[in-house]
Amino acid sequence: MSRLVRMDATGHTTVAEWTLDDPPAVEAAVRAFRAELENGYFAVVSEGEGQAEQVRELPVDASLVILRRPIAGG
Amino acid sequence: MHWRPRASEQRLLRTGRLWTASTVTHTVPFVVAAVVLTVLLPVLAPVSLLLLVHAWAIPELYASRGAKVLRPRRGESGQAEQVAAGLLGDLVDHGPRELVARTGLALERGRLGVWLLGEAGALLVRPGGRRVNCYCVKVLDASLPPSDRIAHLLLALRTDEAGFATVANLSFSGARWRVRRRLAAPAREALDAAGAQARRRC
Repeated sequence: MSRLVRMDATGHTTVAEWTLDDPPAVEAAVRAFRAELENGYFAVVSEGEGQAEQVRELPVDASLVILRRPIAGG
Repeated sequence: MHWRPRASEQRLLRTGRLWTASTVTHTVPFVVAAVVLTVLLPVLAPVSLLLLVHAWAIPELYASRGAKVLRPRRGESGQAEQVAAGLLGDLVDHGPRELVARTGLALERGRLGVWLLGEAGALLVRPGGRRVNCYCVKVLDASLPPSDRIAHLLLALRTDEAGFATVANLSFSGARWRVRRRLAAPAREALDAAGAQARRRC
């Protein structure tokens, strides 16, 4: 089961869950993914220490995709 | 941040040297004035002493500003923080995970050095472990629990380390020991761990 999670005030919220053999769930996840990006979130797939990739299309084979806000100098 | 040159190994070296030169420029005149005053007019020794205190205080104030980047912003132990801490724990390896639990700071090895990430700032221990760069950098959402703020910085750092160091505002660059003295005990432990890893990379 793959998950799309958004970091927010609750800790994190699971926005979508899908498996590759469930096309409707994949489609729903893609729609949710695009909506979150339009709301200003960045999507990141962590690949272990020192490695992460920012993605603009939902990588449906990733087990976990995390939505984060932009950062700025304080 | 198109107006700011992108961070690189060479640029960080240059920035460190400029920072040291700036500190020396601010400090040395007070020391020289103190010595000259004492030699020419010994009766002004108290004034010389004040000048020396001033010379000592300047780098201390800079280091204090740098250490503030790792200070926790607020104590949050509610349900949201527990959920966020679980996600942050999933993102880091076993060793750094234990360090996060003990100190509230995430340790991450990068190409530019070893990073310590807090809620509203990051500290980069340069290879060799002697110099640190302190950065003010944070996620622009005050409602997030502390661990989520750290996770934001961690993911941004992993995605683009040079970009991360470019966006962040440098608040101090100098000796690690100077910053260490200004940190609380848990942060000192994290800084020591980062220093040990940075020395191994040298």
